[in-house]
Amino acid sequence: MSGKEYRTITDVKGPLVFLNKTEPVSYNEIVQLRLSDGSIKNGQVLDTSDDQVIVQVFEGTASVDRQTGVKFLGDVFKLPVSKGLIGRILDGAGRPRDGGPEIVADDMADIIGAAINPYSRQSPEAFIQTGISAIDACTSLVRGQKLPIFSASGLPHNDIALQIARQAKLVDSDDDFVVVFCAMGITAEEYNFFVHDLERTGALENAALFVNLADDPAVERLITPRLALTAAEYLAFEHDYHVLVIYTDMTNYCESLRQIGAAREEVPGRRGYPGYMYTDLAMLYERAGLVKGKKGSITQFPILTMPGDDITHPIPDLSGYITEGQIVISRELHQKGIYPPINVLPSLSRLMNAGIGPGKTREDHKSVSDQLYAAYAQGKELRGLVAIVGEDALNERDLQLLKFADIFEDQFLRQSRDEDRSIDEGTLDLAWSLLSNIDTRFLVRLDQKWIDKYHPDESKGEEE
Amino acid sequence: MNKENGVIYRISGPVVTATGITPRMYEVVRVGNEGLMGEVIELHGDQSVIQVYEETSGIKPGEPVIRTGQTLSVQLGPGLLTQIYDGIQRPLPKLEETMGVFITRGVDADGLDLEKEWEFAPTVKKGDEVVPGQVIGTVQETETIEHRVMVPPGKEGTVKSIESGSFNITQTICKLEDDSEIAMMQEWPVRHPRPFRQKYAPDVPLITGQRILDFLFPLAKGGTAGIPGPFGSGKTVTQQQLAKWSDAQIVVYIGCGERGNEMTEVLDEFPHLIDPNTNKPLMNRTVMIANTSNMPVAAREASVYTGVTIAEYFRDMGYNVALMADSTSRWAEAMREISSRLEEMPGEEGYPAYLSSRLAEFYERAGRVETLSGEDGSVSVIGAVSPPGGDISEPVSQGTLRIVKVFWGLDAGLARQRHFPAISWLSSYSLYPQALDQWYRDNIANDFPEVRTEISTLLQVEAELQEIVQLVGSDALPIDQQLTLEVARMIREFFLQQNAFHDVDTFSDLKLQYEMARAILRFQEEGKKAIAGGAQLEEVVNVPARTDLMRGRFEKGYDDRIDGLVSDMEKQIAASMEDN
Ligand SMILES: Nc1ncnc2c1ncn2[C@@H]1O[C@H](COP(=O)(O)OP(=O)(O)OP(=O)(O)O)[C@@H](O)[C@H]1O
Ligand SMILES: [Mg+2]
Repeated sequence: MSGKEYRTITDVKGPLVFLNKTEPVSYNEIVQLRLSDGSIKNGQVLDTSDDQVIVQVFEGTASVDRQTGVKFLGDVFKLPVSKGLIGRILDGAGRPRDGGPEIVADDMADIIGAAINPYSRQSPEAFIQTGISAIDACTSLVRGQKLPIFSASGLPHNDIALQIARQAKLVDSDDDFVVVFCAMGITAEEYNFFVHDLERTGALENAALFVNLADDPAVERLITPRLALTAAEYLAFEHDYHVLVIYTDMTNYCESLRQIGAAREEVPGRRGYPGYMYTDLAMLYERAGLVKGKKGSITQFPILTMPGDDITHPIPDLSGYITEGQIVISRELHQKGIYPPINVLPSLSRLMNAGIGPGKTREDHKSVSDQLYAAYAQGKELRGLVAIVGEDALNERDLQLLKFADIFEDQFLRQSRDEDRSIDEGTLDLAWSLLSNIDTRFLVRLDQKWIDKYHPDESKGEEE
Repeated sequence: MNKENGVIYRISGPVVTATGITPRMYEVVRVGNEGLMGEVIELHGDQSVIQVYEETSGIKPGEPVIRTGQTLSVQLGPGLLTQIYDGIQRPLPKLEETMGVFITRGVDADGLDLEKEWEFAPTVKKGDEVVPGQVIGTVQETETIEHRVMVPPGKEGTVKSIESGSFNITQTICKLEDDSEIAMMQEWPVRHPRPFRQKYAPDVPLITGQRILDFLFPLAKGGTAGIPGPFGSGKTVTQQQLAKWSDAQIVVYIGCGERGNEMTEVLDEFPHLIDPNTNKPLMNRTVMIANTSNMPVAAREASVYTGVTIAEYFRDMGYNVALMADSTSRWAEAMREISSRLEEMPGEEGYPAYLSSRLAEFYERAGRVETLSGEDGSVSVIGAVSPPGGDISEPVSQGTLRIVKVFWGLDAGLARQRHFPAISWLSSYSLYPQALDQWYRDNIANDFPEVRTEISTLLQVEAELQEIVQLVGSDALPIDQQLTLEVARMIREFFLQQNAFHDVDTFSDLKLQYEMARAILRFQEEGKKAIAGGAQLEEVVNVPARTDLMRGRFEKGYDDRIDGLVSDMEKQIAASMEDN
């Protein structure tokens, strides 16, 4: 049945091709288009009926004409999967990009991905140490979580993602992560930056890359993350790997989604993005997690750049409604020269409570985290007040908090790109030593028993 | 009817068009070679438009479509409790057995176990007249819940015979004189409300153990509430708190288009959490529907109806049922997606023009009723709303607010300050207090309504004072107003804030809530006196016993100690005046 070639194109609109009367074609079937110059394009069926078929063409419809031959391949899009994916670089449609051989498939996996049965999930609760204090102390990541980075153009989200990829580990376990990296419409320069870094640290051998760059077909971006996640699922649930999926930039993905919606003349939702964007994004983000009876796991780090630094824009907004928290990168901190410029106040890890505490990180972790948050939030707020009334109007407590906000940014947030801080000595002890700049009587979020045990300056606490 | 040979004409996502059949609206059909379940949602000339409850990839025009003659229904009977279903009542554990951990398609599963035998004890005897909805016997379904087997709506007559003992749910346990047979299981079409005799005005509160809800913005048993809020503001935590601690007898929890892990959390937690009212695991009274964001949207659309039908069924037994839907926005989006595939004329923001009537019909299924058999039962409905960008001027929020009687407005600013629950005390409201006040006077304290009014007035006053403070600083205020600010702060930090993740703080008994509110008013009164007598504000605020009073709420046995703590505080405040 996959033999026949049709030349019945009636309309071409944006990335879509409309054909008349074909054999019965299935929904989501893959399609090959042969242009008059012999070149090949690929596509997928979006709508099918007895009378008309609508095909979305991944490479765009440039040069397609009524003479173009269309062949239906009789199957939905599948990725050849095997352990051999590790160490390979593929393009946005899953073809080798590294000059290596085709992937020898152990299996062909449907890229749409079936939903994990909620009853079959296991709650994520294993703490991942990223070595970055802001994340480990305040928005702790756990294995199986989906935690996006909300950034904006010109900010160092890529450095942070790479640092996480390099440093992420479980405390008390030598299980390693494999990285599945998925590029959607990023520049060649950004891409090289990733690859060089992965190469430099030897991580490339432990990674599978799916790459669609800015000058690659925009519509192809809609399948690239699905390929990456299909590979991740295979590695995690067939071969027990702990997979860290980094994908960037979700904003480009959503633009492609909008383009298809517009071409189909759909009624748009907010700001022109399709009404089903929530569901579409969920079909990606929900492919994170752990399942009963399998050792592997999928942890996701989607990166998105907020258009206009606006967190209420549909892309971050709908993402935030699906993911399990967010790490927010701040332009203000970046401009102050602080790396990593993570603003802990709007950041959140919803699975943090499950992953920290005695036996997991340390007994004082929750208290310390609450105290850091409260002190920094108050200190930051006081900056606004000082700008109006001056420091003289502040009482002792407020002065200490004001100073703490600076110390927190300068010593706790700030660390170098290769600094890998352990959760106990590196991060929590540092937090205690910085908090000791504030009188203990103002540290109301800290339990007395932790003050007795961890406060570096006990004598000072007792004098008062 | 079944002789018709339907075929698929068109497939567009979850919407399939068929020709060659003449089904009724909302009839269930089987689509394609794999027999996927679908429901007819539009008739159009000789075409029938079907929403399909499973993934449609790989299906072709020309494949068969078969009528079933049934409308989308749920199976009702013993075995519902502790179960977790997808949006069309397929038990997820069953799906795991047949499909593994990923949900594939083409698998049918009964909502109830048809084989399992239950111990049936009749409550009527031969010769009794029975009417629709009447209880004819009971089954101990879980440790805490007695399942009352009812005459299905539409049947009545004289009992010819009735059995006692072990039966499965399809076996006949009762015959009527007209030879009609009754089994423990009945079926009901989900899009039709189950019948009852009449609706009553709710006049008993649904007690949730959440201080800001019970005290300031109470929901009545049989009432409706909406919780709108931006992402991460606490909708799910609030809904889960209600599922855990509210004094409903049955809880139906619908995860509608939300996260898989959140359902897992409930599944992990509920079997271990002890219901303060029964001292048995909470799971015993719970039914869950989980149609997560990545499961088919048509089944998401149906999930809300599946849930509310199950809730009504338990209501008909005379139970108080609480239903949570998280999130109704995802349900509305499912409607929008299907509607746009139907190329319907869109209303506001692309939602179908019938959005607000669907919302109204859904919330109308809540209520306190006299059941067909004369019992008193209720369904309370609490819907989360997820407005884009947190802006509630959008259609789903507005459509909901026009119907519900309680509005718990989550505030992004409060969530950012980690003030939880981040429910705004200034914008939230409840229309029930008037109807409930008598109940509070009779059951908690005669001055309960007055105490509530004082507390909410203080919060209003604080908001006004804060505006001045923003301009001139708090030191510029007269001392009595500075005290008012301290009192309001105590309301916020000691009373309104409540940590859902703290073993003790997670739940406050209503009596204790009242005591805590009174303690705040005692502080205000004593503070006023002391200041009038020359005490410094700082001294009054910092008396150690007040700190003990406030911290004490995190410890077990607080109910017993609070009186003592309050009188210590009063003494110390009085003493602060004498020092001067
Ligand atoms: N009552 C509470 N006590 C303590 N923490 C809370 C409370 N309510 C919310 N939180 C915190 O806020 C986080 C987000 O809450 P929740 O998941 O309920 O948000 P949501 O409104 O349902 O968001 P979404 O729309 O994205 O699902 C929680 O993970 C928790 O850390
Ligand atoms: Mg939620």
